[in-house]
Amino acid sequence: MENFLTWIHLHQEYIYIVILMIFLGIEIIGRVPSVLHTPLMSGANAIHGVVIIGAIIVMGEADPDNYLALILGFIAVILGTLNVVGGFVVTDRMLEMFKSKKK
Amino acid sequence: MADSLLTISYILGSISFIIGLKMLSNPATARRGNLVAAAGMAIAILATLFLYKDNTGERLHNYGWIFSGLIIGSIIGTLAAKKVKMTAMPEMVSMFNGMGGACAALISIVEFQHAMENGHIENLPIIFAGLIIGSVSFAGSMIAWGKLNGSIKDFSFKGQHIFNLVLFAFILLLAIYLVFQITPGNAFLFYLVFAGAILYGVMFVFPIGGADMPVVISLLNSFTGVAAACGGFLYDNKVMLTGGILVGAAGTLLTILMCKAMNRSLLNVLIGSFGGSTNAAVSAKGTTGGTYKEISLYDAAIAMSYARKVIIVPGYGLAVAQAQHVCHELEKTLEEKDVTVLYAIHPVAGRMPGHMNVLLAEADVDYDKLLEMEQANEEFKTADVVLVLGANDVVNPAAKNDPASPIYGMPVLEVEEAKMVIVNKRSMKPGYAGIENELFFQPKTSMLFGDAKAVLQKLVTEIKNI
Repeated sequence: MENFLTWIHLHQEYIYIVILMIFLGIEIIGRVPSVLHTPLMSGANAIHGVVIIGAIIVMGEADPDNYLALILGFIAVILGTLNVVGGFVVTDRMLEMFKSKKK
Repeated sequence: MADSLLTISYILGSISFIIGLKMLSNPATARRGNLVAAAGMAIAILATLFLYKDNTGERLHNYGWIFSGLIIGSIIGTLAAKKVKMTAMPEMVSMFNGMGGACAALISIVEFQHAMENGHIENLPIIFAGLIIGSVSFAGSMIAWGKLNGSIKDFSFKGQHIFNLVLFAFILLLAIYLVFQITPGNAFLFYLVFAGAILYGVMFVFPIGGADMPVVISLLNSFTGVAAACGGFLYDNKVMLTGGILVGAAGTLLTILMCKAMNRSLLNVLIGSFGGSTNAAVSAKGTTGGTYKEISLYDAAIAMSYARKVIIVPGYGLAVAQAQHVCHELEKTLEEKDVTVLYAIHPVAGRMPGHMNVLLAEADVDYDKLLEMEQANEEFKTADVVLVLGANDVVNPAAKNDPASPIYGMPVLEVEEAKMVIVNKRSMKPGYAGIENELFFQPKTSMLFGDAKAVLQKLVTEIKNI
């Protein structure tokens, strides 16, 4: 319990960020029309690819002789990049189709 | 200096995610929104690569590995995203989502090894959270991917919900136990949690019907967001935290909105009311059938040529047959004969919301011709012919009339209001919900069997000849 309270104290600014982001996330997409559900899902999918930064840090901090960390980190970087790059490109392709055609 | 630059880059990244997501929820700005978020992501990644320092002030190393990973991932990702067919996009999103989940889980594994070596176990709860959520998201997304491309069939067994609950409780309790009682001796149990989470992800998605996959993918998408946010705690990294939580929250709301578009609750989707329990109701109602009548291509062509207003209702059949271009051709041919042609788009026609809009836009169909459900239901009353192309559940009148139907209450396109309904399907097989459609047996409905593309091509030729 003691540890838990200390942890909260040490991470208080993070906890504030989490709470604010939850409300912000709900607020900003609250009025999305149903035709945009899928592109929005896809765009959000690309944004959580930000996990790639974690993978880069893992990889960059690994000792050159720690093969487990190197290999797992390497795979993580590839997968994270797939998520980011693929996610944004696929979203763009979906939205490309939405351009309205004026006569 | 470098530190402040890194901080500024991360702040820019966070802001771009928020603005990007906001812009993505409006049709006029959506495309730019995606680019804004992508630019923010690029800034955050580049800043991490070149400016990041760990607690001891040491720069990153292993650049060779990092860059090869980035390049391989970018090439595969771009090619996959560029080459994928319009109809397969939901699968692709699911696949990319799974990759993100796996990435988060791998990070947790490496950090766990780290924590075991240097004894910094205060982050264990976060490591476990990232591991479990990331693994569930990965495994679930892979199953959803398989279901959407048809390689995995729906599967459930008696007591599956109980099994899932027990499995989940087991994973959670084991993780909590390890957080408090970790020793080098029981560290291997960490991998048991990992395996359990993978199994849970599989079992979680397995019983859910293919038609509900977009909802599941959206939910798993928000899971991955939370898993990414765990990384934010681990590395004191606020851009990961903001991006992850933002997606977690927005994704959860989006999931609920998608359920609402189908007039169902999230719980209803997850417990899977389309599964075994409704089969009884279907077989009882299944005999309502009786007779349906077929119409020849020529008769259909005549009916449409001499109509004043034709409304086309596209569904998944159109997408599967890739018939959007020839559908547009039919529209133009009819318009040359002064027939008004409109499209009625059900919000969940196809396999995902917006699926039909995307397909028709690809074929250059005028955006103004696409009617949303409420408008369409008004227009049907004055329509002479409604042509249903491979849609089924979204035009099933049972949703309004039959309280015993599993789709009762779902808003549907009221095509039966029109003077005549022509339904193009490949066979009399029921649609995704697995239920009969009374519409096909009504007196004003005629069936036109065959692959949507082939049928439309012939129809266009017939109409031109008249």
